[in-house]
Amino acid sequence: MSSNLDSLDPVRAVTSEGYKYGFVTDIEAEQAPPGLNEETVAFISAKKGEPRWLLDWRLEAFRHWQTMARPEWAKLRIAPIDYQAATYYSAPKQKTGPKSLEEVDPELLKTYAKLGIPLHERAALAGVAVDAVFDSVSVATTFKETLAELGIIFCSFGEAVREHPDLVRKYLGTVVPQGDNIFAALNSAVFRDGSFAYIPPGVRCPMELSTYFRINAAKSGQFERTLIIADKGTYVSYLEGCTAPQRDENQLHAAVVELIALEKAEIKYSTVQNWYPGDAEGRGGIYNFVTKRGACRGANSKISWTQVETGSAITWKYPSCVLEGDNSVGEFYSVAITNNLQQADTGTKMIHLGRNTRSTIISKGISAGRGQNTYRGLVRVQPKAQNARNYTQCDSLLIGKRCGAHTVPYIEVRNPSARVEHEATTSKISDDQLFYCQQRGLSAEDAVSLIVNGFCKAVLKELPMEFAVEAQKLLAVSLEGSVG
Amino acid sequence: MKAMLDIKNLHARVGDGADAKEILRGIDLTVAAGEVHAIMGPNGSGKSTLAGVLAGRPGYIVTDGAVLYEGRDLLALAPEERARRGIFLAFQYPVEIPGVNNMYFLRAALNAVRKSRGESELDAGQFLKVVRAKLKLLEIGEDLLQRAVNVGFSGGEKKRNEVFQMAMLEPRLAILDETDSGLDIDALRVVATGVNRLRDPKRSIVLITHYQRLLEYIEPDRVHVLGSGKILQSGDKKLALELEKRGYAHLGSAA
Repeated sequence: MSSNLDSLDPVRAVTSEGYKYGFVTDIEAEQAPPGLNEETVAFISAKKGEPRWLLDWRLEAFRHWQTMARPEWAKLRIAPIDYQAATYYSAPKQKTGPKSLEEVDPELLKTYAKLGIPLHERAALAGVAVDAVFDSVSVATTFKETLAELGIIFCSFGEAVREHPDLVRKYLGTVVPQGDNIFAALNSAVFRDGSFAYIPPGVRCPMELSTYFRINAAKSGQFERTLIIADKGTYVSYLEGCTAPQRDENQLHAAVVELIALEKAEIKYSTVQNWYPGDAEGRGGIYNFVTKRGACRGANSKISWTQVETGSAITWKYPSCVLEGDNSVGEFYSVAITNNLQQADTGTKMIHLGRNTRSTIISKGISAGRGQNTYRGLVRVQPKAQNARNYTQCDSLLIGKRCGAHTVPYIEVRNPSARVEHEATTSKISDDQLFYCQQRGLSAEDAVSLIVNGFCKAVLKELPMEFAVEAQKLLAVSLEGSVG
Repeated sequence: MKAMLDIKNLHARVGDGADAKEILRGIDLTVAAGEVHAIMGPNGSGKSTLAGVLAGRPGYIVTDGAVLYEGRDLLALAPEERARRGIFLAFQYPVEIPGVNNMYFLRAALNAVRKSRGESELDAGQFLKVVRAKLKLLEIGEDLLQRAVNVGFSGGEKKRNEVFQMAMLEPRLAILDETDSGLDIDALRVVATGVNRLRDPKRSIVLITHYQRLLEYIEPDRVHVLGSGKILQSGDKKLALELEKRGYAHLGSAA
């Protein structure tokens, strides 16, 4: 997560064994050589001071990646990606950022204010040196101490590799295999850092993980790797992302998130994604191609995904649940907004393997401008999943005449005792609704925001409180200018 | 008496080109502050169009004439501006807004109006106090407020909710578009009570109605009969009784 972690003892892996790959890695360099090859992968691993098994794991992923082509099934128009043009590792630069809030772009500050982001966080988000703004060290320390007392491990992925290699090795790639898809393979080969959490048996994590860290964690880069393990009888709520608009010079973001819930464990994972969506003509903007999957390994376990996706030029993600344990529960709550020329193809997969497994999918897609919004979801009930239940509801809301909403459900049932329900609606914000609100004194924009928030209510109520309030405002900001 | 509303030779149409249809064909009407006017007339006479034009409903195009509200050009104002300046339209068909709590909606509306008047916004607690006081007056259960705006409301509940909103927003000019239609006698009484309680020397009320029945509960100062987009006849409350006896047919022939 920070520069000193990356520079720690970066030698071990490659100096001892690197030669047999037939190349020498210049680990003193600050930047990986441009392009993507085995050398790049080894360089990253060496920089991170990773053990041999992890380097091998990365290389395996890389070799797999080389054989893969981008799948064509998504309803997305994607310009070709030049993987060789990118740089996959560079030491964090000492940015000559703004020294105080006075130096920050007033437009950016206005947006923060609209979102209701606390004052002390605004500076950090705008890139003002954090320690100059508030005493982050003491907050972080208190936070870490509380967690440590309970035996909870919450750290950067790199730190976890060093300090808890057995846990990482045991679970890494067990939910999302290296070759799962082309972007997961790329991530597995070149990820730089990310987050790791382990909740020991019987512990209920007393705070939302990353509530504080959302600012710092945002720096983890374009190939983020997250691994969360909830041991038996635990509960953890994890927050990812930030409502504040985030810009990044890297266009392609391909994160991988793996969740593992053992017996009677529950993981709640909430995301608010607001990467730069490009300008009104669709120029620039992040490609957000993320693989998120959770395994309910133990009986009576539960994994719940909640996402609010408002940013990125292209969003391509399907947070999924593999319901292995008997009586395990998977949930997916999603709001996805596409405005201007944004595209989203998002949904979930609920794979029922165990008996009496249950899943719920609530998806709310909102399209405005020329945005294209697709819900794509798979519900699969395997032969042994006796009495599996699924309820799916996907609703689309259209604003204006040039946008599109698409619903693509896949239902595969291989056990006759299953009960699978699917409901889908498509509606428009009607002129009558707008006029009704305006006649009561609301502006057209406030009316849209009100109607959209009502439409998304079933999802927003799943978000942790402070996130929910920001998310509501974010919906309004994301749709600004969508009614004329 | 000062005119609250002054309509002069108002012409309006719906649709464009070949589909254009003139609906209002020269309405003249003056409503003074403190007065209650009833506008009656058969289906298709232009009653709802008049209400829509006054409130700024999209789809109506004013082709001639003028409307002054408190001496100001009303037609130049956006619908929300009209609302904030005190014009309230009770809808004939109140609109459903799924997922939006009725109470939340009303607070947003009230605060938008208050803000435009330079008054402070009410927080949830202050708002609830005002709500409870008004609820009592209107015999409305609090459960209605916890449901989504008009979603799953019965016809009577929707109309009561309109009158409740009106009571909360305290307009200066209230226009009720067939608020009485489809109501049973109990609901009608509640609606009438709500309207009567709003009667005030500084407030004007325009009741658009098909039937004389409502006027048994709300006594109008003036009654106008609309036909083919014009006011055919005006009078006091006796005119309504006469219409009840003789129907609109004999007026229709005059149009």
